[in-house]
Amino acid sequence: MDAKRNDLLTGFYEKMVLINTVESSLLNLFAEGLLRGTVHTCLGQEAIPTGVCAALEPGRDIVCSNHRGHGHFLAFGGEARPLIAEIMGDASGVCRGIGGSQHIQLGNFYSNGILGGMSPVATGMALAEKRKGSGGVVVQFLGDGALAEGVVSEAFNMAALWSLPILFAVESNGFAQSTPTALEHAGKLSARGAPYGIPITELDGNDVLAVHAAAQEAVGAARGAGGPQILFMNTYRLGPHSKGDDPRDPAEIARHAEQAPIPRARAGLDPEWCDTTDHRIAAEVAAIIQGIRSARIAAQ
Amino acid sequence: MNAPLPASTTYAKSLNAALLEMMREDERIYFLGEDILDPYGGAFKISKGLSSAFPDRVITTPISEAGFTGLATGMALRGLRPIVEIMFGDFLAIAADQIINHMAKFVTMYGRDLEVPVVVRTPMGGGRGYGATHSQSLEKIFLGTPNLTVVAPSHAHDPGQLLRNAVALGRPVLFIEHKMLYPETLLASGGALMIEPLTDEPFPTMLMKNFSRGAADVLIVAYGGMSRLLAPLARQMAEEEINLAIALPALLSPMTVAPLLPLAAQCGRVLLVEEGTTGFDWGAEVAAQLYAATYKTLKAPIARLASRAEIIPTSTAGENAMLVGAADIESKILELLA
Ligand SMILES: Cc1ncc(C[n+]2csc(CCOP(=O)(O)OP(=O)(O)O)c2C)c(N)n1
Ligand SMILES: [Mg+2]
Repeated sequence: MDAKRNDLLTGFYEKMVLINTVESSLLNLFAEGLLRGTVHTCLGQEAIPTGVCAALEPGRDIVCSNHRGHGHFLAFGGEARPLIAEIMGDASGVCRGIGGSQHIQLGNFYSNGILGGMSPVATGMALAEKRKGSGGVVVQFLGDGALAEGVVSEAFNMAALWSLPILFAVESNGFAQSTPTALEHAGKLSARGAPYGIPITELDGNDVLAVHAAAQEAVGAARGAGGPQILFMNTYRLGPHSKGDDPRDPAEIARHAEQAPIPRARAGLDPEWCDTTDHRIAAEVAAIIQGIRSARIAAQ
Repeated sequence: MNAPLPASTTYAKSLNAALLEMMREDERIYFLGEDILDPYGGAFKISKGLSSAFPDRVITTPISEAGFTGLATGMALRGLRPIVEIMFGDFLAIAADQIINHMAKFVTMYGRDLEVPVVVRTPMGGGRGYGATHSQSLEKIFLGTPNLTVVAPSHAHDPGQLLRNAVALGRPVLFIEHKMLYPETLLASGGALMIEPLTDEPFPTMLMKNFSRGAADVLIVAYGGMSRLLAPLARQMAEEEINLAIALPALLSPMTVAPLLPLAAQCGRVLLVEEGTTGFDWGAEVAAQLYAATYKTLKAPIARLASRAEIIPTSTAGENAMLVGAADIESKILELLA
C-alpha cells in the first residue's frame, strides 16, 4: 500500500472506531436506563458515513441524515460530546436535548426521523445551492427500506429534471427494521433511480476506501453540473435495529461480522497501532460519558 | 403594515399584483406549483404574468404535492423564500407530512429557532360544483399545529397585503384562499356597511358593521369565504334594523379571542360561521375560548354553523343543501334574537 492510501486508511480507521465506540456506548447507556425513547446505531455500517463524508467540503456541502444518523454526524465533523449529550437528553447537547437521536441540526447537518421525508427537502436545498451559485453539494443518506416511500421517487424525478447537485447515498443493509428486502421491494432495488436517468454506482459499502473513492467521484460529478447521483452501497447492520430484539439468526450476524468495515480496514494496518487506537478512543468516549454523568449528578 | 386598500380591485388581482411586486423587490422569492406558467397562469390564474416577468424564479413542478412542498422547505432552510401553490386545497392532504413533520418541525425541533420562510397558498371551498375532492375546506386539519401559522383572508381584507405579511413572517404559513372569493371585488366601507380593522397585526381581524348608531344585536365571527355570504346579508338586515357586528379574523391558528371580547360581552349573542364540515372544527375552539372569557355576560348559548359532516355533492341542489348558506345564517340570527 502506498503512503497516501495508508494515511487515508488510518484516518478512516480512527473515524470508524470512534463511530463504533460511540454507538456501542449508547446501547450500553440505553440498557442502563440512561437513554429514553429509541436509538438506532450504525454498528457494522461505519464505512459509509466515514467514506462519504470524507469526500465533502465542510462549510459548503450539506448532509441530510435519517433515523440512523449518529455516524453521519460524527463523520461530517460533529463532536462526540454534544452528540452523546443530545441523545441523553442533556441541555448541553447539540440541540439542547430537544431533538434527540433522530432530530439533529448543526451548521450544514440536518436529520429527521421520517423515512424518506428528507429526500424532497434535500432536493430543495440542492436547488437553493445551485441558484445561489455556492457550489455546494447535498448528500442525503437513506436506507434501502426508505426507497419504498413515494416522496423519494418524487425527489429523484425533480433532482434529475432540474439537474441538481445532490447525492443520494443509499445504505442497503438488507433490512428495514425486521423486514428483509425481499418481502418489501419488487424489481431491482439498486436500479431505482435509473428511469430518471440518474447515474447509479453499486458498490461494497463495507470497503471504506472504495466508498470514499466512489463518493469523491459522485460528489465531483454533482458539483460539476453532472446532476444527481446515486451510490447504492451494500452493507450489513451488526447491531439490533434499535435498542432491542434482533430476530435475525446469530450465525448470520457472526458471518457478516468478519466482513465488517473495521476488521476489513484493520487487515491493511499495523495491528499494534490499531490496538492502541482502539484503547485511546475507548478511553476518550468513556471520559466523555463520565463527564456528562458527573455533571448530571452534580446538578441534582 | 396594512396599507389602505386600492379602490375596486378583485381578490384575485390583489394576490396577483402582490406576487409581482414582491418578486420584483426580493430576489429570494420563488414561486412553485403545478401549471403556473404563462400563458396558462395557474388553475385560478393567480400567477398570471409571473413566469413572463421572472422566468428563472417561477418553477412549474411535477404533480408531486408532497415533493415540491418539501422542496420549498429545503429552499427556505437555505436562505430562499419560496411561495408554493397547491392547485386545490384538497391536495394539502398529500403534502401534510411535509408540512407537519418537516416544515413546521424545523422551526424549533433542533433546540433553537430556525428561519423557515415558506408560504403554502391554496384555494379551498365549494360553490363551483367541483364535487367531493375539489371543494373542501380542509384547513381545520392543520389548525393547532405548532409552528404553523394558518391565515385565511376574507374579501374585507387586502389579501395581497396579507400575502406580503406572510412572506415576511419568516415561518411556515398556510395561506387559505376561498375559490369563490377570487372574482369578488374587495369590500370597502360604503352604503350600509362600515369596515375597519379591529386589530393592527400582520393578519388583522376586520370588523364589518351594518349600523352606525346603537349597539350590535349579534356578534358574528367568521372567516375566509364566509364574507361573501355575510356582506349581502348584513346589507339586507340593515334594512330590517337588525344590528350585526361581523368579525372576520384572518389568523385562524394560533388564535386568541382577546380582540373579540369587548364586542362579545357587550352584545351577549354570538354566532360562529364556517364553511368546513361540522365537528372538531374552528368554531369549537373559538366557542371554547369565548365561553371561558364571557360566560357571565352571554344572553344565549354561543351558536355555531358549519357545513354538514358529509361529502360535498357535485349537483347544485346537493351542494347547496350540504354547504352552509346565507339562509342558514339568517335563520340562526333570528333564532338567537327570538
Ligand atoms: C415514515 C416512517 N415510517 C416508518 C418508520 C419507522 N421505522 C424507523 S426505521 C425503519 C426501518 C428503516 O429501514 P431502512 O430505510 O432500510 O433503514 P435502516 O434502518 O435499515 O438503516 C422503520 C420502519 C419511520 N421512522 N418513518
Ligand atoms: Mg435497511
